[in-house]
Amino acid sequence: MTATIARPAPAPAGHLSSRLTTATAGRVLRQLRHDHRTIAMMLVLPSLLLGLLYLLWKDVPTLPGQPGIFDRVGLTMLGIFPFVVMFLVTSIAMLRERTSGTLERLLTTPLARLDLLLGYGLAFGLMAALQALVTVTVATTVYDLDVAGSLWLVVVIAVVDAVLGVALGLLASAFARSEFQAVQFMPVVVLPQFFLCGLLVPREQMAGWLQAISDVLPLTYAVEALQEVGRSAAETGIMWRDIGIVAGAALVALALAAATLRRRTS
Amino acid sequence: MDSAVTVTDLVVVRGKREVLRGLSFAVPTGQVTGLLGPSGSGKTTLMRAVVGVQVVRSGEVTVLGEPAGSPTLRSRVGYVTQAPSVYQDLSVRENARYFASLYGMGAREADAAVADVGLGDAAGQLVRDLSGGQMGRASLACALVGRPEVLVLDEPTVGLDPVLRVELWDRFHALARAGTTLIVSSHVMDEAGRCDRLLLLRDGELLADSTPAQLRIDGRSDDLEVAFLNVVRDRQEVAA
Repeated sequence: MTATIARPAPAPAGHLSSRLTTATAGRVLRQLRHDHRTIAMMLVLPSLLLGLLYLLWKDVPTLPGQPGIFDRVGLTMLGIFPFVVMFLVTSIAMLRERTSGTLERLLTTPLARLDLLLGYGLAFGLMAALQALVTVTVATTVYDLDVAGSLWLVVVIAVVDAVLGVALGLLASAFARSEFQAVQFMPVVVLPQFFLCGLLVPREQMAGWLQAISDVLPLTYAVEALQEVGRSAAETGIMWRDIGIVAGAALVALALAAATLRRRTS
Repeated sequence: MDSAVTVTDLVVVRGKREVLRGLSFAVPTGQVTGLLGPSGSGKTTLMRAVVGVQVVRSGEVTVLGEPAGSPTLRSRVGYVTQAPSVYQDLSVRENARYFASLYGMGAREADAAVADVGLGDAAGQLVRDLSGGQMGRASLACALVGRPEVLVLDEPTVGLDPVLRVELWDRFHALARAGTTLIVSSHVMDEAGRCDRLLLLRDGELLADSTPAQLRIDGRSDDLEVAFLNVVRDRQEVAA
């Protein structure tokens, strides 16, 4: 028997391709689709936790003329939840790619390293958008969260925050050799940013050196952007600048993650 | 004879151990070359060097005229690792379609590759629900779908029942007849007889670069296992 095999025209390999990025995002979403509980947790958990905060502060009196504590904290949480959840989910997903051998296999295919990482960013960014839509809707209707600006902007900031979480998660997973380490990168990367973002103590009241650290942590700008939307009906320049900074930090983290992904290993 | 893969003085060091100690050989195009040797002899490391994911100390590996691991080779070389490297939480079909898309192939080619490895009836099942042998075949389908010119298979028949093993070997030979170069590793000598050429590896050194027929003559036995042992002993006597 002789047969000739029809082969595809050799694709330019190793170059960024939107087709391969979307194929990878589709694959990641399909993996999620087989995991109903994870989807349910992603969509519902932030709303439930926000509800707990709402009940916690519901009957705490506030000074007249001051915004309620929940309005301030709850709004900030809309940016922090997607950041934390997507950081964790991605670092575990990437570690699984490593330990299952699929990562090594992908690196022998025409898929560019950045295609893979952007695919993850796209997939989890979409999940974050759904999550933000649910959380923002529940927060403003059930918990009476008061936001002066557009709710769409809150969703946009939440998504950019989630992509930042994905990017840092991908980067952190490069340094994790085991699941135990991967899980502990969450407090290492997330908690300092949370402590210093200006939610627990206003940034103006921090010691100078802490403020300097806070200045270089991307979550600080996400929180500031949300606070801008919270108090101003019109879009402010500071808000757009902050969104740009967070998006830029996410891109830098993705590029670093791609650089730390080695095709050849010993 | 035209070579798909040439390896010259290849040295690979992992940790403090020299895993491959200066190998040189050529793999002919359109044949099934068996890479035989005991566990720990360096088979997997050699295969990783051929697909370009292994850091090498020195030496050259050329695949289809280009240095191993070149970007242009990625759509022309397929690699199936020993442990099935497919997504456990996707169905067989979804796995094949994803890898198909990476090679610029469509759903039709993906479904054909799944049918080719005998998983047509299990295409909709999640990989994690499959048996070990089925997982291995799902992994194989994800490499076949790219229609590679060089196919590197690390122990593809481990854990398969004898009937399936024969079927897979028939498939390998059909691919070779159609022009594909296959490098298949195994640690069971009874598979050596199914290869067109044999590379016998032991402790990171090449004991023989031969054919089954020649090995039977050199090893003075029709049983390839016995012939292999005789070749090893002859070598040791020469060295002593």
